[in-house]
Formats: sequence, C-alpha cells, structure tokens
Amino acid sequence: MSNVRLIPRLDIKGPNLVKGIHLEGLRVMGDPKDFAVKYYKDGADELIYMDIVASLYGRNNLTDIVKRTVENVFIPLTVGGGIRSVEDAKHILRSGADKVAINTAAIKRPELIQEVSKIFGSQCMILSVEAQNMGPGKWEAFTDNGREKTGKDVLEWVRQGVELGAGEILLTSIDREGTRQGFDLELVRAVSESVPVPVIASGGMGQTQDMVDVIQKGKADAVAMADVLHYRRMTIQDIRQAGLDSNIHVRKL
Amino acid sequence: MTPKITVIDYGASNLLNVVRALEHCGAEVVVADQPETVINADRLLLPGVGAFADGMAGLKEKKLIEPLKGFCRKGNPFLGICLGMQMMLDSSDEFGHHEGLGLIAGQVIQIPAQGTNGEPHKIPHIGWNELRYPEKGGNWDGTLFYKLSPGNSMYFVHSFMAVPSNDRHRMANCDYDGQSICAAIRSENMTGCQFHPEKSGELGLTIIKEFIHIH
Repeated sequence: MSNVRLIPRLDIKGPNLVKGIHLEGLRVMGDPKDFAVKYYKDGADELIYMDIVASLYGRNNLTDIVKRTVENVFIPLTVGGGIRSVEDAKHILRSGADKVAINTAAIKRPELIQEVSKIFGSQCMILSVEAQNMGPGKWEAFTDNGREKTGKDVLEWVRQGVELGAGEILLTSIDREGTRQGFDLELVRAVSESVPVPVIASGGMGQTQDMVDVIQKGKADAVAMADVLHYRRMTIQDIRQAGLDSNIHVRKL
Repeated sequence: MTPKITVIDYGASNLLNVVRALEHCGAEVVVADQPETVINADRLLLPGVGAFADGMAGLKEKKLIEPLKGFCRKGNPFLGICLGMQMMLDSSDEFGHHEGLGLIAGQVIQIPAQGTNGEPHKIPHIGWNELRYPEKGGNWDGTLFYKLSPGNSMYFVHSFMAVPSNDRHRMANCDYDGQSICAAIRSENMTGCQFHPEKSGELGLTIIKEFIHIH
C-alpha cells in the first residue's frame, strides 16, 4: 500500500457548492472556488468537482468555475458531471481540469471510455460509479445521482470499464453518501479487488477512523470526503494525522 | 526584466496547466511550435502527458527535434516534465521500441508490476510520493531542487519510468513498494522531472520558480 490520497469532493449545482444526504436534500454552502482554495492551502492531495445536475439537464456549466479555480490551485483537479462526448472532455480539460469523471454517458455508450482514454490517456479517464446495495455482495450501478437504475452489476461494470481504458474508479456509495456512517467497506473492497487501477472511495466519511478502515479493510487507494470538511467537522490535517498514526502512507507536509 | 520561458507545443494535454503555473510564478510565457522559436529560446520547457511514441511523433511532425537538441547544446536552461522528461532519454519500450531525444543516456521501461515483496501493486503509479537522494551521492545544491529536502512529496502519474545509464544523471528517486523509481534526472543545463511540479502544490512551484530565475 502506498500513496493514499485525501481528496475533498465538491458537489456543485449552478454556481454553488452544495451538500445533501443520499445525493438529495441539497443545502447551499457557498462559492466552490473559496472552498477549493482553502482545501488546497490546507494540504488536499487532489480535488474533485462534480456538477450534480448536469446530466439531468444535459449540460456542463463548470467551465468558468474550473477556470477561476486553477488560477490559484496547483494540485490535480478532476471534473465530472454532464460529460457526454470527447468534445465535452476536451473542453473541460482545456479549462484546466486534469482528469474527467464520467458516469451516465459511459453507461449509455461504454465506447466513450475508450475514446477518451485513447485521446487523452487512461490517467485522464476516471469511471465514476454510483453503487447501491442490492443484497449480500451485490451492488447495482445507478446514474443521475442515484436516481436511475441501470441494471448493471457494479463489479462487472468496473471490470469492463477498466478493459475499455478507465485509469481510476471513483466509487460512490449511494447508501452511505452524506450519512457520516462510514464507507461501505464491503463494496470498496470488492471493487478494489476486481480491478488493477486505483479506487477512490466516496460516500460515508464521518470520522477519521472511517478513512483508516476504508484504506486498511476496504483497500481503497484514495479517499474522497465532503460533508466532514464542508461543515468543518475536521480538517484535512486531522485526517492526515490519523493516517500517519495508523501507519498509512499519506503525504507528509 | 520578466524572465521569458518558451513552452513547446506539440499537442501535450498538460500544456496549459504548465503555462498557468509559470505565469503564476512570474514568468512571461511563449508557447511555440516553430523550429526557429525553439532554437532561439532563452529557456525551454517540454511538457508532456501520454504515450512516448505519440509525443515523439508530435515533435517530429512539427520538425522540432533538431532545434530542441540544438537549444540544449547551447547550455541554456531546459526542463522536461513527465513524458517530456522521458523523451530526454535515448529510447522507450512503451508499446514497441521508440527512439527518444537522446539528451541524456538511458532508457524508459515499464514500472515493475509488483513491489519487492512480490505483491502486485496498482499501475499507473498515481499520487504523492517522497523524493529521495539517489543511492550514489546526491545533494541538490545548485540545482532546481535546492529549496527541497529528501522527504518532500511530489505528484506522480505514470506507468513507465526512466533508467539513466549513468548514475550521475540520476538526481532523485522515489520508492514504490520497495521498487526504486527515478523521480528526476539532470545533466548540466538539462533537468527532467517524472512528477508534475505544476501540480505538486507550493513545493512543486519552488522548482518552477527556480527554473524561471536560475542562471
């Protein structure tokens, strides 16, 4: 195990950073750029911007926010939500994103994964998967922030996605998202053991021990967190220190 | 006078991020794909993300290989980043055998698929990793890293790694589950970073600042 990354995830609706529970019941938090700059200064290893209504309305409006952010933020930035084509990916990468995260459009047309990774490299192409538990050891992939069933089995889908060229998996547990009850360790471990590429665990972080568990028991390669940071329940430094105390290889600042 | 940095445009997707970091650090940036601009540059930066063969093909198509080598012979500061660093070497085994720029003797090979304990690890090598002095010697006085110390972390994302032929060209390493990965190379005026200084926070930016101001 090495290089565990701590990644603030900023869900964005219109011009605002928002936070909900189970990807619903949204509350406006403020300008995402202000949060991004703060997290950068606090020692975030990467950032994720997710336009959470884009695929619903078939658009991506993050371009301006991305452009403003990267003027002052010099760590990798992943942008997702509403990316439906190679053109969309190119547009957002040119705006300053380092990687794109794609869910809905990849479910509809898996070849998009291949097209994006071939042109921009696998390191640019993150497959975003929203997983809901459907019984013991079984998860189904959803789209549109947990609204639409796809009928795809998560483990089969991530294997296919990696074969097509996805370089990382952003794995969000719909069941745990926003609950602060800890990550779905079984899900994260099952996915991490199914694919040879890094897995970013998202959804459920409530205390520093959750991060330790999802790395040690869930075999996650990176941890995304939202609620605990946006509501200042803890700082990135608190989380980093908890990692160091548990002998987890996180960046030493 | 604002230092002028020429960034080579051959289609690399991290070009704009590198330009932004340079401008943030106070440089005037010229983005160039013309042979005469490249050979006449004050200081030259070769960015890069992606496959080795594509990168070399991009340079060849724009007829930039000879001007780039000519620039380096003049002794002005040169910096290669990620694929830009790998292309400084003689050749790569990524998807077949491909010739590089040959600015520094060495090869580019795949990162071993497992750690020294025999356990498989994730490829690409993505994330922050700590810089170390190479096994033989090491000390970053008078280099672009002079503000850094062993243990400082930088952001890496790569599946292939540089293996310089001469240990004296190895400037820094990092450790990936016991496997030693070359993190930076250097020969006189030429420096190459496997990691992304433009994405490595404030410490990464010290390298960019030093490149802008080094004599």
